[in-house]
Amino acid sequence: MKHLPRTAAIIAGMAIMAALAANAYQASLIPSSDLINPDELVKILQSTKATKPLILQVGPHILYLQAHIPGAEYIGSASDPQGVQRLRTRVQSLSRGEFIVIYCGCCPWNHCPNVKPAHDALREMGFTKVKALYIAENFGANWVVQGYPTAKGE
Amino acid sequence: MCLIAGATVFFRHHRSVTPSTTGARSYAPDFSLPQLSGQQLALSSFRGKVVLLDFWATWCEPCREEIPHFVDLQNLYRNQGLQIIGVSMDDGPEPVRDFYQQFKMNYPVVMCTGKVAESYGGVLGLPVAFLIGREGRIYFKHIGATELSVLEQEITTLVHGNDGQANAH
Repeated sequence: MKHLPRTAAIIAGMAIMAALAANAYQASLIPSSDLINPDELVKILQSTKATKPLILQVGPHILYLQAHIPGAEYIGSASDPQGVQRLRTRVQSLSRGEFIVIYCGCCPWNHCPNVKPAHDALREMGFTKVKALYIAENFGANWVVQGYPTAKGE
Repeated sequence: MCLIAGATVFFRHHRSVTPSTTGARSYAPDFSLPQLSGQQLALSSFRGKVVLLDFWATWCEPCREEIPHFVDLQNLYRNQGLQIIGVSMDDGPEPVRDFYQQFKMNYPVVMCTGKVAESYGGVLGLPVAFLIGREGRIYFKHIGATELSVLEQEITTLVHGNDGQANAH
């Protein structure tokens, strides 16, 4: 019986660590100052004066094939270490002040496993102008259905 | 026996269900896709069964939450003609194989292609599930995780051949 408090503390600690690990990929942890809404991005893309960002899709390939933002480059799922590596390789030679937008849209925002690792990687590399496209539900509902510019295929 | 009793509002991400009307009910697009074993699976080979076609992925949390309940549904309604087919949107089969073992999935899983996803109107968010009648027509489309009680009611309606009642939804 005397071990119960210690056991309970260990279990509680493990639960907290598990919760932290589960939250580690959650896009909701990205600071709001590093987010951009779909309508804001569309305005930038349609503007003749605004600096165009490098747009990187860090989600599943099959989603990219079906629909993606015109000009967006496919990187792949950043929940996969290989995806993060492809992201690092792609941006390695760029100026750290480059305007980069990352997006996924596979899942509701809080469940997206890809945006947060991609954001973290770019920040770690020193990029200062990184925005994550805030997609509340999924790319279909929050981009395609809204009538925003869309491309298909590779 | 009913799953509803034990699964209270589990599917909290439920978003919408789109019942097809009699006139607009279309045939589910056929496909032949590789299973995890490498063997091809043709949807048309399940004609005569009620098919729950579940577009999902291992990285999709609401999808993962649904799987154990789909396993239960497959067990409960197999003898009445229900066949669940998982259509994985993962980039490759490796994580799906691991998941399949871990969750003791008891129905076939195929790897999706962009073409097949587009034939179903585009699958740009997960999960998406289609309930297909024995004659191959789509009766219900669920976008987002499905409320189990609703899904089970639809399944029982279709496996018992009360297709007409489906119109009432």
